[in-house]
Amino acid sequence: MGDLGEPIRLDNAGTTVRLLPEHRVIMDLIAEGSRVLDLGCGEGDLLLALKIKKNVRAEGIELSEACIQACVAKGLFSVQHGDLDEGLANYPDKSIDDVILTNTIQVLHRPLFLIREMARVGRRCIVSFPNFAHWPVRWQLFAHGRMPKTGKLPHEWYETSNIHLTTIIDFREFCHKAGIHILQEIPLRPSGPGRRSVVRFAPNLRADSAIFVLEAGPAMIANPAPAL
Amino acid sequence: MTMEDKCSVGIVETQSHTFAQLPQEMLLECGRGFGPITLAYETYGELSPAKDNAILILHALSGDAHAAGFNHPHERHPGWWDIMIGPGKAFDTRKYFVICSNVIGGCKGSTGPSSIDPKTGRPYALTFPMVTIHDMVNAQRALIDHLGIDQLLCAVGGSMGGMQVLQWVVSYPERVRLAIPIATTSKLSSQSIAFNEVGRQAIQSDPHWKEGEYYGHPTPRRGLAIARMIGHITYLSEKSMHQKFGRKLQDKAEYGYDFRADFQVESYLRYKGDHFVDRFDANSYLYISKAMDYFDLAQPHGKLEQAFANVKAKFLVISFSSDWLFPSYQSKEIVSACRRVGAEAIYTEIQTDYGHDAFLLESEQLSSLITNFLTHGRKGAS
Repeated sequence: MGDLGEPIRLDNAGTTVRLLPEHRVIMDLIAEGSRVLDLGCGEGDLLLALKIKKNVRAEGIELSEACIQACVAKGLFSVQHGDLDEGLANYPDKSIDDVILTNTIQVLHRPLFLIREMARVGRRCIVSFPNFAHWPVRWQLFAHGRMPKTGKLPHEWYETSNIHLTTIIDFREFCHKAGIHILQEIPLRPSGPGRRSVVRFAPNLRADSAIFVLEAGPAMIANPAPAL
Repeated sequence: MTMEDKCSVGIVETQSHTFAQLPQEMLLECGRGFGPITLAYETYGELSPAKDNAILILHALSGDAHAAGFNHPHERHPGWWDIMIGPGKAFDTRKYFVICSNVIGGCKGSTGPSSIDPKTGRPYALTFPMVTIHDMVNAQRALIDHLGIDQLLCAVGGSMGGMQVLQWVVSYPERVRLAIPIATTSKLSSQSIAFNEVGRQAIQSDPHWKEGEYYGHPTPRRGLAIARMIGHITYLSEKSMHQKFGRKLQDKAEYGYDFRADFQVESYLRYKGDHFVDRFDANSYLYISKAMDYFDLAQPHGKLEQAFANVKAKFLVISFSSDWLFPSYQSKEIVSACRRVGAEAIYTEIQTDYGHDAFLLESEQLSSLITNFLTHGRKGAS
């Protein structure tokens, strides 16, 4: 991570959080008072910010016991210790307004399964991921013949948990195959510490990450449970 | 832990409340009216003027009302959850009014099969009615009424105590703000019922049991000890037993080639069994273990989420990774039902090797989860 900006003050009581740049963009996408589920919610900073700033019903699922402890210490009352690879069976169809998955899809064993679960449960899904076609990544592979390491992808190939890396173009195709409709694409590039700006030109080359806003498409609605 | 420990609640007296005096009997789930009923309980800390800081602690199968502190200055061990209850502990008695209630059917100061039936002047034995978790909770409600508390800040318990927590929030949704069911389930698995049944069979096969009519005579000690030994195995994990005992021999260097206790684990279980019979009544064991078997929160409602439909409480559901008696999936089912009806629920599985009994042991994770949950939960509007 290492890309956290200045702490953001949330209320008069002095509650502060540090948000990833993507989280700041996602904050603006969320409607006041909605029901939000953050998958891989970590220590709950985004959920807390959304709860205080947007008055959302904040729910989260997180694999790490220590992170759950941190969420409880923040006063979040709907965080659940669990493995995203097991899906979202607890949640009825369309029970959540926005299901969020930030910087996590690349570590899942079954990304297709989860994205369809997200589209089943959520009216909208917001997914962010590092773009593996970002030019410094391409350059390291092309010019040096080395496995790319960047700020977004800092680990050695043998230590990384990123097993399903993707690019903006590939993610688009993935959504299409999953029967998921893309509502909005927000390719991002760094623009100062803790900041991202939207990439308008040649996003698959110039964006280091992207946020996609999705919903279940007609194909998925017509055929809700194909063999995965 | 010593008496001087400033984190101790010190000397406490077990109190009791008697209600359902004839003819105003309490209607039990089995359809029988029953009374009078006495419940033993202890309290620690002070009830706030607004009466909004009461926490009800609910105990497991073999527990009692004595959850913290010492009943007399020479008592060797403090109450069963002393690590969690006291000044500065998770259930901080400087902030909260903590109540621990014994259950109906028990043998530690509450009405149970060993109590005297006022109609006959003799112990009830098997004429004692079959009681359920629901009945235990209804009886506790009478106690909470007696204490003048409209709404509990929190109901908390592990194992069978957790079943009572769940029954509390379902039966009396307006009366519990925070619920902490630990290492528990909304219904016993077939495997757990099987272990309970073996325990009961051990008691009932003891020649001293005599259809429960043993009061005033030698008691079914062997049977009860075996029941406790079986229970104890289910409370530990394979790994924790291995770490604690391995294949180490007890007070000897070589096998004895006889049926005395060779292995430490054998002598430990014998000790646990023998120790238990001195403090527990065999008939109470039969009744309470059967109450656990009958417990099925979903059954009257069809589905668990329907049972939770009117629940108002916020939940902190905790399981332990090595608990194979009430495995994590059973806690997840509770959380799942909460999610489906939109009730707020935190779920965490604590990594531990100590098995089901982990909730009774000192745990930084357990303490801090509960401390934070109570602090934030108390702040939130009821």
